[in-house]
Amino acid sequence: MSGQDFAQIGFYLLVLLAAVKPLGAYAARVYSDGNPPFDWVLGPVERIIYRAGGVTAKAEMTWKQYAFALLAFNGAGFLALYFSLRLQGLLPFNPRGFVGIEPHRAFNITASFVTNTNWQNYGGETTLSYFSQMVGLTVQNFVSAATGMAVLAALARGIARRGTEMIGNFWVDLTRTTLHILLPLSAMLTIALVSQGVVQNLSDYRPATTLEGGQELLPMGPAASQIAIKQLGTNGGGFFNVNSAHPLENPTPVSNLLQMLAILLIPTALCYTFGRMVGDVRQGWALLAAMALVFVPCVLVTVWLESGANPTLADLPIDQGLGNMEGKETRFGVVNSALWGVSTTAASNGSVNSMHDSFTPLGGLVPMFLMQLGEVVFGGVGSGLYGMLMFVIFSVFLAGLMVGRTPEYLGKKVEAFEVKMASIAVLTPPAVVLLGAAIATATPDGLSGVQEAGPHGLSEILYAFSSMGNNNGSAFAGYGANTPTTNMTGAIAMLAARYWVALPALAIAGSLAKKKLLPAGPGTLPTHSLLFIFFLSGVVVVVGALAFVPALALGPIAEHLVVAGN
Amino acid sequence: MKEEVSVTATLRQALGMLGLLTLLTGVVYPLVMTGLARLTMSSRADGNPMVLAGQLVGSELVGQSFDDPQHFWGRPSATEPVPYRADASSGSNLSPFGKAFHEQAAARTDALRKADPGNNTPVPIDLVTASASGLDPHISPQAAYYQASRVAHARAISVDRVRQLVDDHLERPTWGFLGQPRVNVLMLNLALEQELLDRPKPSRGAQ
Repeated sequence: MSGQDFAQIGFYLLVLLAAVKPLGAYAARVYSDGNPPFDWVLGPVERIIYRAGGVTAKAEMTWKQYAFALLAFNGAGFLALYFSLRLQGLLPFNPRGFVGIEPHRAFNITASFVTNTNWQNYGGETTLSYFSQMVGLTVQNFVSAATGMAVLAALARGIARRGTEMIGNFWVDLTRTTLHILLPLSAMLTIALVSQGVVQNLSDYRPATTLEGGQELLPMGPAASQIAIKQLGTNGGGFFNVNSAHPLENPTPVSNLLQMLAILLIPTALCYTFGRMVGDVRQGWALLAAMALVFVPCVLVTVWLESGANPTLADLPIDQGLGNMEGKETRFGVVNSALWGVSTTAASNGSVNSMHDSFTPLGGLVPMFLMQLGEVVFGGVGSGLYGMLMFVIFSVFLAGLMVGRTPEYLGKKVEAFEVKMASIAVLTPPAVVLLGAAIATATPDGLSGVQEAGPHGLSEILYAFSSMGNNNGSAFAGYGANTPTTNMTGAIAMLAARYWVALPALAIAGSLAKKKLLPAGPGTLPTHSLLFIFFLSGVVVVVGALAFVPALALGPIAEHLVVAGN
Repeated sequence: MKEEVSVTATLRQALGMLGLLTLLTGVVYPLVMTGLARLTMSSRADGNPMVLAGQLVGSELVGQSFDDPQHFWGRPSATEPVPYRADASSGSNLSPFGKAFHEQAAARTDALRKADPGNNTPVPIDLVTASASGLDPHISPQAAYYQASRVAHARAISVDRVRQLVDDHLERPTWGFLGQPRVNVLMLNLALEQELLDRPKPSRGAQ
């Protein structure tokens, strides 16, 4: 690795870190009881929305009411998106005349975007109209992200409050997240991306005659506005088939840096928001540190693995100085591709600027393993942190068992109910991934998608379900997942992974809100200490490893060993 | 009874809020952004079109197919059914440790060698690996210099002159460290045509 490599990685991490406190503090104000920032301009819009939606902003909800409102809203969004995809051919803004999407595929896309997964079983420029992209997908990009952040805000309130059943108002959290956080950031990012050359128009594709006389059709569309929220909301579904590897979706190193920053901006800042909301910012920094402890080594290892020479090419007269360039773009090179690959899978973003399927076997193992950790190393906006908090509860329980004391977190006693809920949240994703992958390896539909038989084929299947079963959305894209079986099992995996973590988190919020505050005693495990930071990241890695090392051994590790052994 | 009322109320709120947020994020937001982009940066919002003698010759940002020995060639492209199909981006998604990849790399190395028999320097890796998008507009500086002798030979001009042109079209990392050094193949070929054949100067912007 060269000095320039370290400079790119270091600069990225520094800018990201610098944004944590200001954005985190801003978001904490958005979720506080008082007036949110920029109320003088956004307040009137907010009040119009409440009035037209029939919402009483002051009315707080119990966790069950909150969960029901969330499910009703996501359910309505599900139906609206599903039917707009099915009826695409009849709807406007369709210059290419794309027809409606077939049922199982539309079901998968809908589950994918409502759950903030944004798995793509389609190529945007060859399948979707501008109406589907804007009114269909962009909307879910916003509101699925806002849903995740709302759950986090409710959980933080549940931890902070005492002696109440109320954890906030879902409609207020949803609206404020969208209006005060996601929309302003997206608008700024859209303009910055257009300045780099990302397309933003409603024109039909433009025919051109190439320099050598060939004919080509340049794709167009309202891309920048969707890409901005795709990155900021850890959505990840690209406007074009190859996502942010497409030169009209991510044309320059600057657009690449901005998009990479956008991937981790909100997930990292929310750690600070959480600290503020529970009245102890050290807790937020500790969670961020535990995440960074897993993230940074993964970045360095992946860059190193992708920079190396490919032993299978040793017999050819090839200068491999640039590293493993298959499936990577020249303007990004190996460093920005590997850095992106790790960031997008640490966060549950899933957008790509290179083809993960063409990473070296071990280089591709790292993104896959980051997803398998349950998307809690930064993770999705809101969902990553509430997922991590489930691991925190799990960890204080484990630590309590070791020393024989009642576990507690931030002054709240952790009892059987919380541990049960946290266990459901921690164990559902791995179960869904392994079951889904098992079904795919046992059905003709699942196997037919494999591009390369052998260990790499298993990696493709395992990656697909690790991605869907953790709401990531990236792919080993050689795997043809658009078959009825895979579309259906994948959609179920995405729905289970989303709601069987979000609902237990809300249940814990409701349960903790009722509890009294215990004064810290000599037996209290400090959850902001270095010891706890290492313990927490250790628990995350060990749980992931226990579930997935056997499967990984048969996929990427076997593929690596076959070549390394020769 | 009270429970039922709140269920229907919640469902009504869900529909209302979905409608309002759809209007805001799915209609107002993309349309306002489109309008702003058009007003301030219309050429960029249209994908940096390049116009040659009144005709759209492509986008500065989107790679296109070159196989004439007199032109610099871009990276291999895995789009279907033809390479560099601009409206259907795709990578190969092949494993770099797999057989299919090795066969392709060997065939591409061989073809490059055959096209330039006197050139025995190792082939830069980006010339034998498919890009992620299949539409990569760039090659590495090494890959451009590697092709200089073939282009010079095909055009019967001096290698130095061709190398000079590559020098002029090197794009360095932004701020000295961000991104990789690279050469835009279409822009380099346009410059080549213009300088050597007196073709008209290409221009950015609308037709």
